[in-house]
Amino acid sequence: MSLITPDFGLLFWMTLIFATVFFVLAKFGFPIITGMVDERNARISESLRKAREAEAALNELSVRQKEMIEQARQEQAAILKDAAQTRDALIAQAKAQASDEAAKIVSQARTQIAAEKESAMAEVRSQLAELSVAVAEKVMRTQLESDKAQVELVNRMVEELSRNQKMN
Amino acid sequence: MAIAMVAAAPAAAIPASSHDATEESGELDMHEYLFGHIGDSYGWHVTTINGHHVTIPLPVIVHGKSGWHVFSSSKLAHGESYKGFRVAEDGEKYAGKVVEQVGSDIVKPFDISITKNVFGLMVNSLVLVILVLLGARWYKKHDAREEAPKGFAGIVEMMVMMVEEDIIKDCVGKDYKRYSPYLLTAFFFIFINNLMGIVPFFPGGANITGNIAITLFLAVCTFLAVNLFGNKHYYKDIIWPEVPSWLKVPLPIMPLIEIIGVFTKPFSLMIRLFANILAGHIMILGVVAVIFLTAKMGIAMNAGLSVIAVAFGIFLDVLELLVAFLQAYVFTMLSSVFIGLSRQEPEAE
Repeated sequence: MSLITPDFGLLFWMTLIFATVFFVLAKFGFPIITGMVDERNARISESLRKAREAEAALNELSVRQKEMIEQARQEQAAILKDAAQTRDALIAQAKAQASDEAAKIVSQARTQIAAEKESAMAEVRSQLAELSVAVAEKVMRTQLESDKAQVELVNRMVEELSRNQKMN
Repeated sequence: MAIAMVAAAPAAAIPASSHDATEESGELDMHEYLFGHIGDSYGWHVTTINGHHVTIPLPVIVHGKSGWHVFSSSKLAHGESYKGFRVAEDGEKYAGKVVEQVGSDIVKPFDISITKNVFGLMVNSLVLVILVLLGARWYKKHDAREEAPKGFAGIVEMMVMMVEEDIIKDCVGKDYKRYSPYLLTAFFFIFINNLMGIVPFFPGGANITGNIAITLFLAVCTFLAVNLFGNKHYYKDIIWPEVPSWLKVPLPIMPLIEIIGVFTKPFSLMIRLFANILAGHIMILGVVAVIFLTAKMGIAMNAGLSVIAVAFGIFLDVLELLVAFLQAYVFTMLSSVFIGLSRQEPEAE
């Protein structure tokens, strides 16, 4: 029965056709596809590995970043504290200096005032003396017509002067 | 199968017309109907329109007593004789084949005609080559490392990688790359021929993978791939298997069984594919034949059974789609397993 007897003609053509198909596909078909897919797979796994590495590096970086921020914060706090101390010290110093200065100025002013007062008083006194002498002269000229009265006056005045000197 | 499937739909409604189209005598010749579709022929009978056969003539190439002859198969139609060649009739020697009349003797010439199956094989192979090369062309235009193909090339890649990764790599083992071109070709060759066999009209419908010559060739290829490149361990296991020595001497029972096994493995491949596809074709043809066989039983009976036959036909067609894939898968997987076994390294003690 021909159904289960292989036909020679068909076998001949099958050999020819299958060999051709196999040659073409094995050369230009399947190896290209499988090769490319293998390449892609290799690249994907490579990329995955790189991504993992990058992730690890990123994690490390973020840890370091945190550390740095923490450090910076501490430094900032220290600097701020320092600055505040310096400022306080400066202010205190300035205050002390200012009060010193003020005290000095005040005392200077005081001595000056005292000196001025003294000189003013001296001037007033001398003017008063001159004035009183002048007044006295005028009074004298009118009163001391006589010699006797003149001598008497002079004596009295000398006496007064010497007393005054003793007092001073 | 071609006429049957095309005629199936109108046959359900108007049984009489399809009845006419099948056989000139008005009676369905079941034997010719079946074997006309699952067997080989010198011309390709496409369909019958109003009792007129539409047949594509194919070249007949024979080498007889008078040397080489190449002529159209239409010269041999209806039992006619051409240059002493004719197609042997039923009951004669070499029935259905081209024979040469030498005197009173019938001689079978050296026959390498492009028959229906050969032509179908060529068409299907061309389709296969075009499909795969179209898929492979994508990689020339793109950098496959940067992107994956979409659309058609994506389907081709998916199928190829499915076979490569799931079947070949797993079953063959270490140096599967060496065998993957053959196994992939075998898979897609069987798959495309199975699918084209289900297509009911020209140029599909030829029963190629259900032909023993085709499966014989494929099985021989696997046989060679297994036995030509087998390693020392494989041959040692055949000739001197590790069994109690009374199984080997004086009667070499186990070696004998092993040697028979070497041949039964590809033989089973051959029969499995052949029988599955042939049976699928016969089942579909049988179910469709119900429409024509019941034509004489009256319209009600015929219409009722036709509806059932069409429903069953659809079911079987879908089943055959599955079988088309499954048989290609099984053939490739078993070939891979056999190759893998021939390359197995002995287990470390």
